[in-house]
Amino acid sequence: MDLAARYAEAETAISRKKLLAFAVPGLILLYFIYIFFAFDVPGLIDRARPENAQILLRDTWSYKTHVTRDNRNGELSYAVEGERKGAYPEDERPDWVSGSGETTMIDLGRGRVATFLPGNAVELVIPGERTIEARLDGRRVATNLSEPYPDYVSVSNSRLQVTLPGARLTFTRSRSETFRYFTGWELFFFTLDSPYHGHGLGSILFGAQIDPERGNIAGAWHDFWQNPMWMHSAVAWAMFETVLMAFLGTFGAAIISLPIAFMAAKNFAPFAAVRFAFRRVFDFLRGVDGLIWTIVLSRAFGPGPLTGSLAILLTDTGSFGKMFSEALENVDKKQIEGVASTGAARLHRYRFGVIPQVAPVLLSQVLYYLESNTRSATIIGAITGGGIGLLLTQAMITQKDWEEVTYYIVLVVLMVMLMDGLSGWLRRRLIKGE
Amino acid sequence: MADISQHGPKGLDATRAHYLALVQKRRLYGGITLAIFGLLLVSGFMLADERNAGGFWNGLPHMFDFPTDVVADTLPRLHLLPEHLLTYLPALLETINIAAVSTLLGAVAAMVFSLLSTRGLARWPRAIPLFRRMMDIMRAVPEIVIALMLIFVLGGGPVPAMIAIAFHTAGALGKLFSEVAENADLKPVEGLSSVGATWTQRMWLGVIPQVAPNWLSYGLLRFEINIRASAILGFVGAGGIGYELKNAMSWGQGKFDEAAAIFILLFLTIVLFDQLSSMARHKLAGPGAH
Repeated sequence: MDLAARYAEAETAISRKKLLAFAVPGLILLYFIYIFFAFDVPGLIDRARPENAQILLRDTWSYKTHVTRDNRNGELSYAVEGERKGAYPEDERPDWVSGSGETTMIDLGRGRVATFLPGNAVELVIPGERTIEARLDGRRVATNLSEPYPDYVSVSNSRLQVTLPGARLTFTRSRSETFRYFTGWELFFFTLDSPYHGHGLGSILFGAQIDPERGNIAGAWHDFWQNPMWMHSAVAWAMFETVLMAFLGTFGAAIISLPIAFMAAKNFAPFAAVRFAFRRVFDFLRGVDGLIWTIVLSRAFGPGPLTGSLAILLTDTGSFGKMFSEALENVDKKQIEGVASTGAARLHRYRFGVIPQVAPVLLSQVLYYLESNTRSATIIGAITGGGIGLLLTQAMITQKDWEEVTYYIVLVVLMVMLMDGLSGWLRRRLIKGE
Repeated sequence: MADISQHGPKGLDATRAHYLALVQKRRLYGGITLAIFGLLLVSGFMLADERNAGGFWNGLPHMFDFPTDVVADTLPRLHLLPEHLLTYLPALLETINIAAVSTLLGAVAAMVFSLLSTRGLARWPRAIPLFRRMMDIMRAVPEIVIALMLIFVLGGGPVPAMIAIAFHTAGALGKLFSEVAENADLKPVEGLSSVGATWTQRMWLGVIPQVAPNWLSYGLLRFEINIRASAILGFVGAGGIGYELKNAMSWGQGKFDEAAAIFILLFLTIVLFDQLSSMARHKLAGPGAH
């Protein structure tokens, strides 16, 4: 080839590369523009509710304590998150609530004080602002406010609501309610009705007996483990169920697909038709996908960890079958011949000639899937109803227990990272023999 | 063999005995490990069976009930099937789009993360552990968590799913990309730095061309995984074909013909992209590559 032709060839090659360097990013950009409109991103920005993000963020690291008066009978109640499970015992109340008889003063922090007055009236003092008063006038809510209202107040005939940073006052026909935010996850260890609430670890382990009927450690463990607010034992069970689903699904699939993979490998399957059939079975199992298997199986077996395990098992039998048969096609014939030369039967040839060759590859794939299936088990659990995925979606659907959602997320992330570490450690131990 | 051991030097006997003892011990340990593993598996299945609403043996005969229902609902209305397939095509397109965009976005983020966390290439070598931990966390967060949180803030639709999958993809691909980049030849990088190239130029011109085929191949594999993920996320409210499937399922028995259309679409799509990406990957990285 002469020099001119070479130059020309180089020129075209370079110009083709130049074109490619601009065409590919250009096409991707065009695709993003199409997606921008196809996914209706402008409409999404309109519909987004940033206040929800605020609630979510605040609730992850704080809790609120409600003080409620029933306007019909004047009964007062104090409860963390306004839930029965977080209620204060009969004769106790938070130390930022004072007053006696029919007057109750509630310190809302930053100098703001709400007062429940006799005769179904409330008063809210905000430093530097006009004091808000409201009372029940027959069936109407009457206030001393007049239009225009400040933006933190919403008033109607049946309801007054004052939303302040870190606190809120709501006054309706049936009740007067305030709540105040505090930092932390309250009642994580003990609920208020447990005698161990407010005791440190030291005083439980080494201090005097707190509950006369029970030993300190046993009693405290029981109250912590059965904590009705955070349900530690249920959460632990759910985590275990999720790991169980991943474990059973992954290893069950590995055990089932190993012998079948022989039938789909070119060098082991006796007939091309058999090989073809088994490959299509694997393709089918994989193609149906975890989602559809989950739906089909949950109709037969009902919700629970078994359904999730079987869904993972079926999908992964397809994946493993394909991967294993590919690995089997790449084995070295010489080792099998060597074993055969000693007069070994077929089973022995496979056991000593094939398995030692492919075991590291297969094991590393299986362990990799174990970690990835822990994550899948979370999602499948959310659909079939089992494991931590179910708890997570339930807590999210109620849209108020975001601190529990945060807790579950932290647990899930830790669980997946732990499984990742475990599978990596096993891979190094078993395969490299470190 | 027997002859040698009878007449040979004494040391051989001892060696053989020692060897056999070792083999026996190894077999014993292997056997015990296998037995424990088998026991774990069996007891695990029994436990899962016990905690399941319906038992395994009760459910097994009903395994094909649902598929039978679906087929029974579809057959009398077979003429409507093409119409249903067409109806759900846009939803399917949305699912594929979610997967494609999130793979692209995740891959771009993964490129940056992986280069920043590869020894010898990192812009700030001291920050390598930081970027690695970040990728570990991104990889560990299941997509459903981010998707549900974003649905709460942004409302339902494809965008929460897209962001959730992209986030996870960035972590998952980042790790794989970094493993590839670790094996890249450093000579082009050194050559570029000798002529005063910036870090970005060194990476773009010295590293990326070397690793591109492998990265592309991993990206394709991820795209295939992400199609499944975006279908399943739709089922929990994030748009696309999964959402339509959930609706079609809720219409109950007697009206499963639309669900059948969705099953067919989903199955065909997954198989198609599975085959396409596996073909492309063989071309890119040669046979036997991941």
